[in-house]
Amino acid sequence: MTDMPHTDSATDRPTGLGGIPADWSSDQTAFKNVSWGKAMMWIFLLSDTFVFGSFLIGYMTVRMSTVVPWPNPSEVFALHIGGTEFPLLLIAIMTFVLISSSGTMAMAVNFAYRRNRKATAMLMLATAALGAAFVGMQVFEWSKLISEGARPWANPWGASQFGSAFFMITGFHGTHVTIGVIFLVIVVRKVLRGDYDNETPGFFTSRKGRYECVEIMGLYWHFVDLVWVFIFAFFYLW
Amino acid sequence: MVEFTPKAAGAVPPAEVPDVELYHPTNWWTKYVFSQDAKVIAIQYSGTAILVGLIALVLSWLMRLQLGFPDTFSFISAEAYYQFITMHGMIMVIYLLTALFLGGFGNYLIPLMIGARDMAFPYVNMLSFWIYFLAVLVLVSSFFSPGGPTGAGWTLYPPQAIMSGTPGGQDAGILLMLISLVLFIIGFTMGGLNYVVTVLQCRARGMTLMRMPLTIWAIFTATVMALLAFPALFVAGVMMLFDRLLGSSFFMPALVELGERLEYGGGSPILFQHLFWFFGHPEVYIVALPAFGIVSDLISVHARKTIFGYRMMVWAIVIIGALSFIVWAHHMYVSGMNPWFGFFFATTTLIIAVPTAIKVYNWVLTLWRGDIHFSIPMLFALAFIVTFLNGGLSGLFLGNVVVDVPLSDTMFVVAHFHMVMGVAPILAIFGAIYHWYPKIAGKMLDDTMGKIHFWITFIGAYAIFFPMHYVGLVGVPRRYPEIGDMSFVPESINELNAFISIAALIVGAAQVLFIFNLLWSIRHGKDSGGNPWRATTLEWQTPTTPPPHGNWGQNLPVVYRWAYDYSVPGADEDFLAQNDPWPDKPDGAQA
Ligand code: HEM
Ligand SMILES: [Cu+2]
Repeated sequence: MTDMPHTDSATDRPTGLGGIPADWSSDQTAFKNVSWGKAMMWIFLLSDTFVFGSFLIGYMTVRMSTVVPWPNPSEVFALHIGGTEFPLLLIAIMTFVLISSSGTMAMAVNFAYRRNRKATAMLMLATAALGAAFVGMQVFEWSKLISEGARPWANPWGASQFGSAFFMITGFHGTHVTIGVIFLVIVVRKVLRGDYDNETPGFFTSRKGRYECVEIMGLYWHFVDLVWVFIFAFFYLW
Repeated sequence: MVEFTPKAAGAVPPAEVPDVELYHPTNWWTKYVFSQDAKVIAIQYSGTAILVGLIALVLSWLMRLQLGFPDTFSFISAEAYYQFITMHGMIMVIYLLTALFLGGFGNYLIPLMIGARDMAFPYVNMLSFWIYFLAVLVLVSSFFSPGGPTGAGWTLYPPQAIMSGTPGGQDAGILLMLISLVLFIIGFTMGGLNYVVTVLQCRARGMTLMRMPLTIWAIFTATVMALLAFPALFVAGVMMLFDRLLGSSFFMPALVELGERLEYGGGSPILFQHLFWFFGHPEVYIVALPAFGIVSDLISVHARKTIFGYRMMVWAIVIIGALSFIVWAHHMYVSGMNPWFGFFFATTTLIIAVPTAIKVYNWVLTLWRGDIHFSIPMLFALAFIVTFLNGGLSGLFLGNVVVDVPLSDTMFVVAHFHMVMGVAPILAIFGAIYHWYPKIAGKMLDDTMGKIHFWITFIGAYAIFFPMHYVGLVGVPRRYPEIGDMSFVPESINELNAFISIAALIVGAAQVLFIFNLLWSIRHGKDSGGNPWRATTLEWQTPTTPPPHGNWGQNLPVVYRWAYDYSVPGADEDFLAQNDPWPDKPDGAQA
């Protein structure tokens, strides 16, 4: 048994950076100990990054190409409370809510791997609630702007592309959040039913239930939060 | 003579993950229609792609009839011609080639060639097909919509794409096209994630990345590229839907139409071109790379020779894939973008020629002193190499700004891209179908019909597209239903155009023979046995042909060698299958 091109098992691989070429030149898997589902989610998120990246680049390009001045976001997105004007107040709260939901999600993943069904479900529900609150505030923001005359084709403050990009990008992101909330609820139901403890096969997929689903759900959720940070920075702060 | 000592096969690491739980169909619907088996999905994808491809073929006939015999066919108005062009181009590039290479061959070959039971996510894979199918239905429905399909050209450039002067611009045509594209991208993403994860994480014991057949390397790289390139088209499509439906002005500058100023203003048409070609150029390689990979395998099998420079071939694929993301603006030399961009993009474009040339040299060196069997797959593979080389060389010319500017939007460009991304990949697809059909059907395709099909297609394709270079060089513009005033071109162009059109009709007719062969041979073909070409790769080593659900029966294959052990001295046969532990006894294979 000479000439062994790869290491014997996943456990005695070289660690650190040297492990990468070793893993990629081994058989069976390129990412050791990474399940298929997790690999898929990472690759999907990479692709989705290109979607959001293209949206943001498109927005920046029209912001440069338009000949009408760009509205000032801190005025447009200000809230009037008791006579004073708070620039970006609602957006700040929304951002805070969404970032907090990342925290609850991370804790849910931790409790999931400890097989603490109650805590996992509660934390995931909290995440979903925060996400739903975010979407709710977005609905409020949309209706406020619409009532003030903002439309995808025109707005009272300046370049029409402001409204177009706003509705398109926040709408696309909000759809992501909404889909996330729906899936959170589905996963919560499975956690509570004990599908992941009993390895109940999925209805469509006939794959065994695993607590890892919570983590995969978490990857998506953190990504959606991260994207929001970029939208916040490029659209609202700039 | 080369000194040769057979190397011991070596131990193969134990399995890292337990065998998968597969979905087992319970009735006719889940077995043949909503199937989660990659092999069935592959056939669904291929069948659908070939059917829409036939529509695109008929459209090319109609266009050629108009170009060859102007003023003869009253039903081909200028508007109709634009609609034919648009649907022909879009169907050929996206709904035929992309779907067939990745959805069709990807699904069939990836699990089989890497020794997996199925794709990583069979359910998502099934959804992928059905969304693709829906996209095709939406696309085809635009033929029946009021105003007909869009006539914006396959590039769909705004502003004209959504204006009233363009067929379908203010009707349903452009909407259906954009919706169909968005659906296609969603469906493709579902499939693409599967192909990538399957290649990375579901390989058999002993199957290292550097033992994979080049077909898999190529499909894998093309899929990664597609996952990163399609987002740009997706976003461009969504933004154009906004412009068209909601009246926003992402792509629309201030415009006057029929003396009236339109509501639009301030948008950037060039932005669309950048987004489109950020997708569009990688797309060219998304359909070319799988053809590269397939042809590498075909010539190695049918010349009974080790592929020359395997590692170089792999790296060339990866490097071409990476570089193709930074050349997109060579499609935009005449768009009015900053001239410095042209300089940069011309340079990167010419650099891509290096890995591409390496591939061509390696194919030729693989053939060199090989035991070449002129089987039909081999004929098509050889035809691919010639055609691709031809189209690649004219591409080198067009990559230079000064050469491109006068040639841009002439028939020369049409001839170039048909050679390189139209005819060449189609030839590779034919070769692949003749090669793998025995595995799919258990029967050989009829040889005589195959030969007739090959010669008509190959010679015919040259008859169509070779003279077309000249037509373009003398200045006949692209996308013109007729030349009109002929004073700027020689009269003889008319005869040449008629000749091209007749050749196109004949080539098209030959495809009917091919389809007939496909259907006829299912019943009447010769039995092929499991491995008619005596090939090494795993798909030929399945327990039954066609392979069973789950591909491998009880035991998953164990891989001991790369995919190209042909004519190994001392071996009993002139090929060693990848799961053959020669010279050892099978060892740990049952573990
Ligand atoms: C029998 C084979 C084929 C014939 C006779 C044919 C013929 C034509 C003709 C006459 C045009 C319009 C030229 C013009 O006036 O600008 C055209 C355009 C085009 N064809 Fe083909 N074609 C064939 C196969 C293919 C294939 C396999 C592809 C796949 C890539 C393809 C992709 C395109 C594209 C992308 C366009 C450009 C459409 C546009 O300008 O918007 N064609 N073809
Ligand atoms: Cu290109």
